[in-house]
Amino acid sequence: MRSRRWFTPWLFVAPALVIAVVFYILPFVNTGILSFTDARALGGGTFTGLENYARLASDPQFWLATRNTILYAIVVVPLLVVLPLLLAILVQPQIPGMGFFRSVFYSPVVASMVVVGLIWAWLLRSDGLVNYIFQTLRIISEPLPFLTDATLLLFSSMFVTVWKGLGYYMVVYLAALANVPRELHEAAEVDGAGAVRRFMSVTVPTLRSTMLLVGILSTIAAFKVFAEVFVLSNGTAGPGGDARTLVFTIRDVGLGLGGEVGYASAMSLVLFVLTIGFSLAYVKLNREEQAA
Amino acid sequence: MTTVTATPTTLPQAAPPKTPRRRAKVGGQTPGALAVRYLLLAIMFLIMAGPFLYQLSTSLKGPTENIFAYPPQLIPREPTLENYARVGDAIPVWRYIANSLVVATAATITNCVFGAMAGYALARLRFAGRNGVFLVFLATVIIPFEVIMVSVFLTVRGLGLVDTLAGVVLPTAVTGLSILLMYNAFKALPLSVEEAAVIDGASEWQRFRHVALPSVRGTLTVVAIFSFMFAWDEFLWPLIVLKTPDNFTLTVGIQYLSGTFTSDQRVVAAGTMIAVIPLLVAFFSMQRFFFRGVGEGAVKG
Repeated sequence: MRSRRWFTPWLFVAPALVIAVVFYILPFVNTGILSFTDARALGGGTFTGLENYARLASDPQFWLATRNTILYAIVVVPLLVVLPLLLAILVQPQIPGMGFFRSVFYSPVVASMVVVGLIWAWLLRSDGLVNYIFQTLRIISEPLPFLTDATLLLFSSMFVTVWKGLGYYMVVYLAALANVPRELHEAAEVDGAGAVRRFMSVTVPTLRSTMLLVGILSTIAAFKVFAEVFVLSNGTAGPGGDARTLVFTIRDVGLGLGGEVGYASAMSLVLFVLTIGFSLAYVKLNREEQAA
Repeated sequence: MTTVTATPTTLPQAAPPKTPRRRAKVGGQTPGALAVRYLLLAIMFLIMAGPFLYQLSTSLKGPTENIFAYPPQLIPREPTLENYARVGDAIPVWRYIANSLVVATAATITNCVFGAMAGYALARLRFAGRNGVFLVFLATVIIPFEVIMVSVFLTVRGLGLVDTLAGVVLPTAVTGLSILLMYNAFKALPLSVEEAAVIDGASEWQRFRHVALPSVRGTLTVVAIFSFMFAWDEFLWPLIVLKTPDNFTLTVGIQYLSGTFTSDQRVVAAGTMIAVIPLLVAFFSMQRFFFRGVGEGAVKG
């Protein structure tokens, strides 16, 4: 519908537009500009060309953070694409109590990562419940330092990410599963296809676009990882900060005592490129697999 | 032709063994498959709910009860609420709750009001520059906040809002997701209702406020719930903006409690329960909207 006064639509979008421009668009542009300067929190900001990026190339902390973050995505994304789908299939049939189970599996989504992190920090201590269970089942003989060894801390954080994300993507899959025609399954069953076979040749192909969506969403989320590592390690990212992620490092460098805003902005842009790059790579990989 | 006539004679032979089993099926499942399914559900229940229940149990255990006793005692021997009181001794927890409520309520109102207004204009009003505006909102969905947080901090500092709750709320006052959800809802409304209002001479605002908005109450509830939840749960941004312990939101305060003050896990557990119980109660009483939000947000957004 055409408005009687040209500016009426603008009045409708104005508040949201101002917020979006002031707190998203301009800071994004600013991040790009600052990444070419030596700006600090308390002033400065001379154009230094590609100096920040050259410094990144030889900064072991940055490479460690990048390696950890990429490793994070590589481990977490496949798990978050597959496990919630299996969970969704588990809770799909309308049998007694299912509403309750669905709600319980979703409840970690509602909680803050701080709460979830602290709950698991308590469970994953060397004298905690998880170590007790593993020792009782004789999976391990000595308690594992889940929180105090940098590598284990990183994997513990990944576990927490997956645990908290399961319910969310389960609901995404449930919505998609509702659209898979029953006849397809029944036809496959009549043809003598077992449960696994039906899953691979009926469920997976029909859910391809949803799996792609979940893959992209969880890739973007994985590159933003911060709270899990921060809370599980009480803000240290493990001994020597060796479990640091990119967001963790950006916060340290740009918003810490040094306030190296320019340098942190260069890191931020790398994070942005990695996030977009991996998402696109994921889409491409999926297309090729589909074409094959 | 022969195969068609043959079918009726072969089918009954294959069918009999299946008929009695089919009668016993619940939700299209054989008893065996059903038992396996419930077993798996029970295991998943332990994995997903167990940690919450264990934390709740720890928060209720008295000072003389050994919380490191194994096998663990899930039901506290001497249940007490003392640990909840001790959270208040260690940190100004009521103040943190109030701060979180202010932040979450403000974010909910702004997301609903401004998100609905913008969504309506994009869905229903034609104007030059509409596509550009749409792109701006889409960009806010695509750019991860973590990428721009250093610059946003500089902006907030420039506005003199560091260490204020306003500084916490403003960047997420209207998220792209809220706008897109409202846009989709308005787009799905039939035009005819509003056309009647146009003929009656209603202004854009009247059409929005009295005709369109009441029809999208469901989506509005979804936006409200998710805005509240995101703001209540948010950790990184308030951690960056808030400097004085008195101004902390609950998530930052609880992390502060665990990090600086006490090594007594009972008190930390009580703190986490204070932060999560209100949301769990809200979730279990309004599940429908939570699930709808995921579906609409993920699939369409």
